[in-house]
Amino acid sequence: MSGPSLMDSLFQRSLEDLIKGLRQQLIGEQAFISKSLEEIRKEIKSTDLSTKSTALLKLSYLSNLHFHDMSFAVFPALEVLSSPRFSHKKIAYHAILLSFHDSTPILLLITNHLRKDLNSTNEFEVSLALQCLSRIANVDLARDLTPEVFTLLSSNKLYVRKRAVAVVLRVFEKYPDSVRVCFKRLVENLENSDPQILSAVVGVFSELVLKIFSKLAPLEPRLAKRVVEPICDLMRNTGATSLLFECIRTVVTSLSEYESAVRLAVGKVRGFLVDEDPNLKYLGLQALRIVAEKHLWAVAENKEVVIKSLSDADPNIKIESLRLVMAMVSEHNVSEMSRVLVNYALKSDPVFCNEILGSILSTCSRNLYEIIVDFDWYVSLLGEMSRIPHCQMGDEIENQLIDIGLRVKDVRPELVHVARDLLIDPALLGNSFLHGVLSAAAWESGEYVEFSRNPLELMEALLQPRTNLLPPSIRAIYIQSAFKVLVFCLHTCIMQGESIAPSASLDYLPSGVSASASYELFDDFSVENGADATVVHGQTRASAPITEESIVDLLNLVELAFGPLLGSHDVEELGPVSLSAQGKVCLPNGLVLKENLSDLEMICGDIEPSSSNSFSFGNPNEEKDGLSFSSLQIKEDSEQPHESTSLLAEHRKRHGLYYLPLRKSEIISNDYPPANDPTLQGDINDNADHLVKLTAESLVPKRKPNHSKPRPVVVKLDEVNEKPVAMKQPESRDNSLSGAVREVLFGSEDILPTSSQSNLSNSSKRKGKEKQHTDPHVESKESAVGDGNSSSRRRSQGKERRQRSPRKKNDEERKDTVQKEKKNRSGRHKSIQRAEEPLKVPAQTSVIPDFLL
Amino acid sequence: MGIRFILMVNKQGQTRLAQYYEWLTVEERRALEGEIVRKCLARNEQQCSFVEHRNYKIVYRRYASLFFLVGVDNDENELAILEFIHLLVETMDRHFGNVCELDIMFHLEKAHFMLEEMVMNGSIVETSKANILSPIQLMEKAT
Repeated sequence: MSGPSLMDSLFQRSLEDLIKGLRQQLIGEQAFISKSLEEIRKEIKSTDLSTKSTALLKLSYLSNLHFHDMSFAVFPALEVLSSPRFSHKKIAYHAILLSFHDSTPILLLITNHLRKDLNSTNEFEVSLALQCLSRIANVDLARDLTPEVFTLLSSNKLYVRKRAVAVVLRVFEKYPDSVRVCFKRLVENLENSDPQILSAVVGVFSELVLKIFSKLAPLEPRLAKRVVEPICDLMRNTGATSLLFECIRTVVTSLSEYESAVRLAVGKVRGFLVDEDPNLKYLGLQALRIVAEKHLWAVAENKEVVIKSLSDADPNIKIESLRLVMAMVSEHNVSEMSRVLVNYALKSDPVFCNEILGSILSTCSRNLYEIIVDFDWYVSLLGEMSRIPHCQMGDEIENQLIDIGLRVKDVRPELVHVARDLLIDPALLGNSFLHGVLSAAAWESGEYVEFSRNPLELMEALLQPRTNLLPPSIRAIYIQSAFKVLVFCLHTCIMQGESIAPSASLDYLPSGVSASASYELFDDFSVENGADATVVHGQTRASAPITEESIVDLLNLVELAFGPLLGSHDVEELGPVSLSAQGKVCLPNGLVLKENLSDLEMICGDIEPSSSNSFSFGNPNEEKDGLSFSSLQIKEDSEQPHESTSLLAEHRKRHGLYYLPLRKSEIISNDYPPANDPTLQGDINDNADHLVKLTAESLVPKRKPNHSKPRPVVVKLDEVNEKPVAMKQPESRDNSLSGAVREVLFGSEDILPTSSQSNLSNSSKRKGKEKQHTDPHVESKESAVGDGNSSSRRRSQGKERRQRSPRKKNDEERKDTVQKEKKNRSGRHKSIQRAEEPLKVPAQTSVIPDFLL
Repeated sequence: MGIRFILMVNKQGQTRLAQYYEWLTVEERRALEGEIVRKCLARNEQQCSFVEHRNYKIVYRRYASLFFLVGVDNDENELAILEFIHLLVETMDRHFGNVCELDIMFHLEKAHFMLEEMVMNGSIVETSKANILSPIQLMEKAT
């Protein structure tokens, strides 16, 4: 590429030419852009600053709108910066703003330029530099330029000072030590009578105060008391909707203790809700949601509107109203609500349907299903939900089905019933979203087969030919459950006294299967000797008697279904593990095998090993929890003989772990423990109970099923631990800044309380960004703060107040200014004139005497 | 803080102006603009002007063929931002006289300068049209 020549600079394309060329598209956009980029690269090397700056301008354009990388122009940009001409400077700063960031390597070089410009007498140059600083400041820049900013905070020119204040926050953020230097000036700016400056400063303070005090003690009550009245007046009188909304939001977020204010706000919200404008409806719903947390009556009042909004055309509104409806759900109405919502879901588009289902699922499962009283109904609802055409919540439903099965013993019959319905339906097998649900159903039908009414039917469902549509992992569960059902049937059959000799039954089984099956049968017999026959009978609810013929049928079915599988290479035969191989497995840490387990005897002494089919889950969990010695315990306990006399006593012993310890006498009653008893569910999470439960198992370790979903019962505990970790992170980020500000605040005792006053006004106003007025004088008073924060931070501002000592001399002045400002900002462009007059009067008279100290 | 970015996009989804108040790489910007523009342009007149995206909100309004999108923090007053957008349009109108999309395209830098006057560090610092336009008019006179 030849160097830049005079020709280049003479015939340089201006930005306008570039744009025109782009639009003309003679040679296609991409080609044109690459050509222009080449030209720009050449031009930017030119020594003439004008050429350079035009090139820079073009490049900024291309970068901004066509996403081209500008990093090669970093140095030229700096060169153009040094030009005396303002227009060049402007272009250069513009380019810098677009392309520089924290990791631009030559950021340091800009420091001098910035410094020069910050010290310049031309206010526009200064503002340029400030603008630039605000966008690209990093630690070094902030540190180096703090003195300049400091000077500018007290500059004579309003234009400059305002912008300096706006920048200050950014500087603080990046370089917290600068707080010490600048803070005082910043606070002094609060004394400034110009509302523009004042609003800027208040904005900075709101942002700062949030970071420092948001974690400190709660709401300053007296502040709230003062502010309520003016806000209510505003709400009643203002003609501007955005201001009204601001007041409403303030009230519902931070002033929710004041009934009258809340009522007024809710009334206004109602007005929003019935308005035609979808914006207002949306905002009304949002405000209601905030109110709903503490004042549910507000939502109940507007219930019809909310439900109507569920079918609004706008998806945002629908989602908001759905959230609100969820907030209204309680124990009593959960079933009706769900019915209504599911109906809505059936009628809606897929996205909203899944939203509804998702929210139902999450609300009902909150806090271990605390709002659900009737689990049978809930389980059937889950089954129904899986059948809804657009449902994509299969995973969540699966999780809940299994979770409920584990936690709530009494719902297991119903669960098995639902599972059976799901398994029987061949149409569901093709739906990939439902695979999770089907696997859950299969697992539960195997697990709790003793509760099923017709195990033979279950078996058929599990073995139906269309199951080969399922992915292998889920088929595995089907197979395992099928075996469980088979064993259960055999067991009951044997219990019923049918004369099937063990050897005879073995004949029916194909060879590959016989190894595992025979082991199970063998074990069953050993348990059988100890198990209580009556107990097992009591468990079985089979309506169809399991006869010898049905067993033979079953076995044939199994053979039919699984025979071909044995031939396939997916299925492997599990042989016994040799001792030497076992010896090579290293013990996990914390596992003490040789310890005396006599203590466990005490705990588990009266727990009977229940039938072989139950509690087959969870051994993988045991390993995870490091309680693996429990699996060894299993073998020992399985041989414990059990004698019992009454049905209740034996039930209690069997379900002993679900009962509270004997010392709580009220539990010894004739009722079943209620399904959603929180103590019940809490126990399950308890490791000791877990252990006890598992020691009751009579499983041989070999029979541990390889579930594809080891349902971790300790999920809740994990979540509990996660929260504190997550909370620490925002703290550390803010610490340096908050530390610096805190130092300054506590260091100097004579800092103004005026900040607290302006916080008062800020809190009552937040940010009203008002429209332009024709009258400049009025305008200046109306200029708004850039950003505010929710008045929930007022409480922190109140805190801040407490820590400042008053300076009495400026009090009156402060209050007047602030009051006036407050009142001034209340008028909007339409109502400004009329607002000013009546409000000026109270401003003078209602002087707040004390500083809430 | 406050305002995160301001975009002007035409009906075909082409960005006419992009002003960011926090640093994003070129790829991030492209992805962000694509996503947001898709979401907003798909909505019709009857739907509300606020869209939630990740952890912030987008407030938008359509003026003739141009969409004005402003990305703000979650605690910002949406109605006030709508007024800010209107103020922006009125300011440009005053300067260009009956502003249209072409004006913004050909005088992109002026639009940027106007925005720079109004918003700094994500906060609105100037709402008076006269104050906003005077430096720009001075500069034009000088060049």
